[in-house]
Amino acid sequence: MQDDDKMNEKGSGLSRRTFLKVSGISLSVPLVMGHRVIKVSGAEVKVFGPGKVPIQLTINGKNLSAQVEPRVTLLDALRNELDLTGAKRVCDRATCGSCTVIIDGKAVYACAVLAIEAQGKSITTVEGLMQGENLHPVQQAFIDNDAQQCGFCTPGFVVACKAFLDKNPNPTPEQVKKGLGGNLCRCGTYMGVRAAVAQAAQKGGRRNG
Amino acid sequence: MATVRSPTTEGRPYGVQLSTTMSLDPTVQSPQTLADVYGLLSERGGAVKIIAGGTDLMVLMNAHMLDAAEFLDIWRVDELRGITDEGDALRIGALTTYTQLIKSELIQQHAPSLVAASRTIGAIQIQNRGTIGGNIVNASPAGDSLPVLAAYDAEVEIGSARGTRTVAFNQFYTGYRRSVLEPDELVLAVRVPKLKESERDFFWKVGTRRAQAISKTVMAAKAQISDGRISSISIGVGSVAPTVVRAPKTEHLLTGAQLTATLMEEARQIIAQEITPITDLRSTEHYRRTVTGNVLLKFLRQLSS
Repeated sequence: MQDDDKMNEKGSGLSRRTFLKVSGISLSVPLVMGHRVIKVSGAEVKVFGPGKVPIQLTINGKNLSAQVEPRVTLLDALRNELDLTGAKRVCDRATCGSCTVIIDGKAVYACAVLAIEAQGKSITTVEGLMQGENLHPVQQAFIDNDAQQCGFCTPGFVVACKAFLDKNPNPTPEQVKKGLGGNLCRCGTYMGVRAAVAQAAQKGGRRNG
Repeated sequence: MATVRSPTTEGRPYGVQLSTTMSLDPTVQSPQTLADVYGLLSERGGAVKIIAGGTDLMVLMNAHMLDAAEFLDIWRVDELRGITDEGDALRIGALTTYTQLIKSELIQQHAPSLVAASRTIGAIQIQNRGTIGGNIVNASPAGDSLPVLAAYDAEVEIGSARGTRTVAFNQFYTGYRRSVLEPDELVLAVRVPKLKESERDFFWKVGTRRAQAISKTVMAAKAQISDGRISSISIGVGSVAPTVVRAPKTEHLLTGAQLTATLMEEARQIIAQEITPITDLRSTEHYRRTVTGNVLLKFLRQLSS
């Protein structure tokens, strides 16, 4: 197989073939669910890769499919495979917050989650916040309070604010500061962001979902 | 080595050298039960890299600084989750996230420093994914939950196909980023003795900013006072040595002593000498010695008031 050849060429890592030879773990029928299955002491364990594997993600209520290598982050899968470019790739090291998405109700950095790991979970990106033609109250509040300058950090901030308000509908200013500590804005629009959170909290940031 | 071009290999953080031996296309194994994890580790123990919340490893992986051809993703192994009351101690599953620690009433009540430490780790997005087991195994001297485990005399529960064993947290590390973990072993849980009613505890982290900062120095401590004397004290410090450490000389000086201003000043100087910090991109050796002494002084003043 091409993948095996590629692995062997590099002279590092193990090819699928040698992996099986060395380990004595037996390969069972390959499944079409994005992974192979190996047997470990009688039980079946999913193995993804090497090479691209099909994945299915539930994003903004829709089931989307893609083919990615197992190492690919959720962020890169969103941006490069699924045309969802709202989450931004800035630091790619779990620091700046531009890639913030919500997984099962919790704000996380999409650059620090494997795409294959995010399967079977409910993922919300900034693209999923609008309800029809209406902006989410957090999005409206960002506009009303000039909470962006260059705007590159804004989608991550909006998602982080939404997740924060879902958990803290009536936050104190101190809670807002701490709750949004995981997002950076190089233009320094933090005052505007705080004002936007205050406005969205009053209007019910969680109303639209 | 063949260069594999893909969107994720381009645009890596500047200044980062591509590891010459790393696999650009590693496999990921996703077991769901502990038995399967044990099976995989006994077969492939030396070769696989265990990944949990990914808040440390994914950073290295994205920067192409992580040398691993096989990952063992344990995120779906629910047996490693949960906080249980065991009477004198709390058993915290390795996959317990910082968010879960912060929200746990058991932790709030019986190990308040652990809540304080968890709040200082990264920010919400990190706290939602980062795990206490990951903090332990990543073995960074700057891991912010670790001084708490040191000061509380926690125990690490380790498992493998060969059975389970318990190691005192303060004997878990054998050097910089090295621990007693064997290649086929996994950290299952950490057992944290409950704070006694008569004990006071303390946590203080010094970083560049409140969120997303890696500690310049970080201290957790607990002490018991009776009649103005310190009957027992334990001090755990991070970012000031190759591993998170206790401060035995300082503890020895303080144990049984009357809490006077002179003693506090002496303790401040002893701990500053006792620790072995280095100068690196986050801080200087001098700063770390001075500030660690001052942070201890802060705790001692709290105790005397």
